[in-house]
Amino acid sequence: MQAALILMPVTVARSLDHALAALEECPEALILAGGTDVMVQVNKGSLSVDQVVAIGRVPELQGWSREDDWLHLGAGVTYSEMMGKEISSMVPALAQASRTVGSPQIRNAGTIGGNLGTSSPAGDTLPTLFALEAVLTIRSSAGIRKLPINQFVVGVKQNALQPGELIEKISVPVLEGSQEFCKIGPRNAMVISVASFTLLTDVKENQVRSCLGTVGPVPIRPTEAENLLSNGVDWGKNEVSSEVLDAFASLCADAAQPIDDHRGSAAYRRHAIKILSRRAACRIFSEGNS
Amino acid sequence: MSDVKTETPISSFRIGDSAPRPDGIPKVKGTFAFSSDLWHEKMLWGGTLRSPYPAARINKLDITEALLIDGVHTVLTHDDVPGEAVYGLEHADQPVMAAEVVRYEGEPVAIVAADHPEIVRRALAAINVEYEEMVPLTDPEIAESVGHIHPDGNVFRKINLRHGDQEIQGDIQVEGVYEVGMQDQAFLGPESGLAVPGEDGGVDLYVSTQWLHADRRQVASCLGIKEEDVRITLAGVGGAFGAREDLSLHVHLCMLAMRTNRPVKMIYSREESFHGHVHRHPAKMWYRHHADREGNLVRVEARVLLDGGAYASSSGAVIANAACFAGGPYRIPNANIEGIVVRTNNPPCGAMRGFGAVQTCMGHEAQMDKLAVALNADPVEIRLKNALKTGDQLLTGQIITGTAPVAEVIRTCAEHVPSSQESSDLMSLPGGAGRTADPEHISRGEAIAVGFKNLMFSEGFDDFSSAVCHLEDGVATITCACAEVGQGFVTLAQQITREILGVEEVILAPAATETVGSAGSTSASRQTWMSGGAVQKACEEVRLKLLQRITEEHEISIDDLVLVEGQVLSLNGDFSISIDAASENPLEARVEYRHAPTFPLDENGQGDAHVSFAFAAHRAVVDVDPELGLVKVVELVTSQDVGRLLNPVQAIGQLEGGAAQGVGLAVMEEVLVAEGNIRNASFTDYLIPTALDMPPVEIAAIIEHPEPGAPFGAKGIGEPPSISSTAAVVAAIREATNLELPRVPVRLTDIVSVEESS
Repeated sequence: MQAALILMPVTVARSLDHALAALEECPEALILAGGTDVMVQVNKGSLSVDQVVAIGRVPELQGWSREDDWLHLGAGVTYSEMMGKEISSMVPALAQASRTVGSPQIRNAGTIGGNLGTSSPAGDTLPTLFALEAVLTIRSSAGIRKLPINQFVVGVKQNALQPGELIEKISVPVLEGSQEFCKIGPRNAMVISVASFTLLTDVKENQVRSCLGTVGPVPIRPTEAENLLSNGVDWGKNEVSSEVLDAFASLCADAAQPIDDHRGSAAYRRHAIKILSRRAACRIFSEGNS
Repeated sequence: MSDVKTETPISSFRIGDSAPRPDGIPKVKGTFAFSSDLWHEKMLWGGTLRSPYPAARINKLDITEALLIDGVHTVLTHDDVPGEAVYGLEHADQPVMAAEVVRYEGEPVAIVAADHPEIVRRALAAINVEYEEMVPLTDPEIAESVGHIHPDGNVFRKINLRHGDQEIQGDIQVEGVYEVGMQDQAFLGPESGLAVPGEDGGVDLYVSTQWLHADRRQVASCLGIKEEDVRITLAGVGGAFGAREDLSLHVHLCMLAMRTNRPVKMIYSREESFHGHVHRHPAKMWYRHHADREGNLVRVEARVLLDGGAYASSSGAVIANAACFAGGPYRIPNANIEGIVVRTNNPPCGAMRGFGAVQTCMGHEAQMDKLAVALNADPVEIRLKNALKTGDQLLTGQIITGTAPVAEVIRTCAEHVPSSQESSDLMSLPGGAGRTADPEHISRGEAIAVGFKNLMFSEGFDDFSSAVCHLEDGVATITCACAEVGQGFVTLAQQITREILGVEEVILAPAATETVGSAGSTSASRQTWMSGGAVQKACEEVRLKLLQRITEEHEISIDDLVLVEGQVLSLNGDFSISIDAASENPLEARVEYRHAPTFPLDENGQGDAHVSFAFAAHRAVVDVDPELGLVKVVELVTSQDVGRLLNPVQAIGQLEGGAAQGVGLAVMEEVLVAEGNIRNASFTDYLIPTALDMPPVEIAAIIEHPEPGAPFGAKGIGEPPSISSTAAVVAAIREATNLELPRVPVRLTDIVSVEESS
C-alpha cells in the first residue's frame, strides 16, 4: 500500500516529443497544464490520479503566431496572455472572456488548452471559440489530426481527445469587426458562469457569428438568430432596427437548452440570454428606427 | 547597564497610536506559522469519517478493513471516547462521534491516524458503515411540534420578552416578514491542529481557537482526565469570526495521539471545513411596528425564529441577543418579542460576528423604512426622532447608563459627503468583469441603517480575563491567554503596557492554558475591554510595586514619581533612575479582571442583562441592473461609536472588514442547504465579496465618548460593522428597484422575475 503511495509518477515534459513519449507510455495519464481546474478536483478527492504528464514547460506549446488571417494559439497560452494587447486586438471577445476567469493568479496559470481539455459547459473561452469555428491541432506520437471545435467538445466535460493525445494549438480566424463577450455570475469577478454570450461581426462578409455559453451541455450557436441579424443589419450604416434586435434576442433565448442547478435556474438562464444578446448587439450596432 | 540595548529599533507606540501589528509583515510575506503549518518529526496524520446523511441510524460500523491497511495506526469510534460522550459550549449535547444516530450531514462517525494523508483517505474509505436513512427535520417552523430528534428535545431556548403595555395600539402600524439565509464565517485558515501525547498521561494540544480554557474544559471532560493534564497552546489562527468558538477536531486529535502514543496532526479540507464548524443562524422574522402620527414608536411586536441546526452550540445566547436587540437602537416603550431557536437536522449554527443582532437588524431597519413611507417621513428623521440615548430603557427594562450616541452616529453617517469615485469602466457596473450592463441599464438606490449590540458576555455570566505582567531589567513580559485571531490584541497589549509602565520593550508570551488563567473568548467584541483591562490592571500593579520599591529605597514620596521613556523621574527633577536598573530584581503581578456584574433575564425577558452597548450606522449606495438582477455596491459610508480610539489603523481595519462581511450577507453569502445537505461547500460556490464587489469604506465619523467603566474608555469595535451594513445594502437595493426584497442575501431571481420575461 505504501509503495503505491510513493509511486505517482509525474513526468515534467521539457519538449513536445518528451510529452508525447510519456503519453505513449501511459496513454491514460492526466495531462496537467495550469492545474487551475484539475488540482481543485484532485484536492477535493473527486479525481484520482495515477500518473501525470505536466506540459507547462513544453516550449512548443507556448506562444502564438499570426499567419494571414489566422491566429494560432499554443495550448499553453494563458488567460493573462490572451488579455494582452496583441491577442486582444485580434480577438477582443477572447480577451474579454479571459478577463472573466478567476483571479489574476488563476489567469496567470490557466491556459486555453486547459479550458478546452476540461470541456465544461461553463468554460469561459468556449463560446467565442465556437463562434470563431476554431480548429484544434491534436497531436500524439502517431501524428497530428485537426478537428473543428464543435467536433471536439461533445458533451458535459466530454471531448474527442483520445488516450495518448494532447492539444497542440488552437487556430482561429482574425475577423474584421466589433466583438462582444458578456458573462453573468452572482459576483462581479471570480465567478463560475451562469450564462454567457458572445457576438462577433465579420464586416467583410456582412455576417455576425454568435454563441451561447452555460445554457446547454456544450456551447450553442443560435444559427437562426445569427442569420436573422446578419440579414437585418444595414451594414453600410452599421444600423439595425429595434424589431430585428428583439427578434434576434428571442431567437437566441429560444436556442438555449438550460438546466436548473444550484448556480441558477433554467428560466433565469434563458431570460439572461435574451437580455445579453440584445445588449451585445446594441453595443455593436446602432439601434435605428425601422 | 541601561545603555546596552540600543541596537534594536524598539517601537514606542502607545495608546491612540497606529501601532503596526507584530504579525503583519510575516503574514504578508507568508512566513507566519498558521496552525496548518504545525509539524512534528514523528507525527501521524489524522482524518475524520463523516456522515453523508443529515439524519440516519447507524446499523453497523465496521473498522476491520481499515485497520488492516498498512500504515494505519488506529481507527477510533464512539465506543473509544474515554470520558463524556458529548460536549458543548453552553450545554453538552453534541457527540464527540455519532453513536446510534447521525443528526447532520458531516457529523463525525470515526477517526483515523495513519502515516500519510493518502493512507488516511484510504482508511476512511475502507470503514464500512451501514446507515438507515431517516426523514430529516429540515423545516424549523415545525421543529417545535414534531417528534424529538435528540433526547434533549427540539427547542434550544424560547424567550417571551414582555415590556410595558401589551395591548396598546399605534395609529400607524406596519408589518413585515423577513428572512436571513445561513452565512458562513468563511475564514481562510481551515481547522487544523497537532496533539502531542505527554509522558504523564496528559496531552499537549496546539490548535487555532478563540477560547483556550473553554476548549480545555470540554476536551478534558471528553478524555476523562483532569483539566490540568490537557495543555492547550494557541497555534496561528487564520481568521475565526465565531466559527472557532466550538470544538472541532480538538478531542479527536487528543484521542488519536493518546491511543497511538504519537503526535498527530489534522487539517480539514475546505469542503470538510464547511461541515466542521457552526454557521450563522438562518432567521425567519415577523414584525409589527406601532407608531403615533408624529412618528414616535409606540410598540414593537415580533417573532424571531432561528434554526439552530443539530446541536446547541451557543444558540441560547444568540436568541437572547436577537430578542433583546430586536427593536434596534430606538426608544420603544412597549414590546412583546417572541424569540425561539430550534433543533433541526440542518448544519449546526452558533457564533458569528454580530451574534443574533445581525438578523434582527435586517428586520427592524426594514420596518423603520416602512414606517417612514407610511408616515411620509424622511427615513433619517424618523430614526433620529426615536434614537436611544443614555438614560433610556431597553426592551429588557435595563436603563442605559453608559454612552449611547445613536443620534450622532446616524447624523454623521447621513450627512457625510463621500468622495466621488465614478468610473466609466463597464467593469465598475453591476456584472463587473462580465461586462453585462451599460450605464443606461442601471438604477441607483441609497439607504441608511443603524444597529447595535451588547459588548461582552451577558445574563449573569461570570465574565473575566486573566493576565500576568513580569518586569525585569526594563523588559515587560505579558502573559495572557487571549486568542489572537486577527483582531489585534497582540498590538494592543503592547501599547497598553508601554503606556502604563513607560517601557519600550514588551514581550508577549504564548497564549496557553499552562501559564495563565482564562482570558475568556475572543468574541462578543470583548477582548479590548476584558483582556485589555486585565493587562492594564497587571501593569498598574507592577507599576505600583516598582514605585513602592523606589520609595522605600530612596525615601521619595510615591506621588512625586512619574514613569517616562524608560525612566522613573521625580517631578522636581532631583531624582531619576532607569526602569532597567529599578527592575533588576523582577517584579510581577498576576490578576483577574471582571466587568460590572450582569443579571439573568426573568420570565418576561426583563433584567439588567448587559454591561455596555456599541452603535454603528451604514449608508449604502447601490447600482442595480433590474433586468438581470445584478448588483454593485458603489458606496458605503459608516459612523461608529467606539468609546475611545486605541489604535486607528486597526479600528479602520475592523470597520472595513466587518462591512465587507455585511455586504457579503446582503448580496451573495449563503450556505445553500437542501434537505439538510450543503450544496456549496467550497469557495467556488460559497461566494464572498471580491474587490469588484466591495467599495472603499468611507468613514464619516469615529465617535469618541469614553465609556464609563471601560479600560481607557474604549468599547469593543469588532461586531458593529457587520450589523447595519447588511441592512443598509438591502434597503438601498429596495430603493433602486421598488421591490420589497424581504430576504437576504438578495438573489438574482429576487430582483428579476423570470416567469414574466421568458
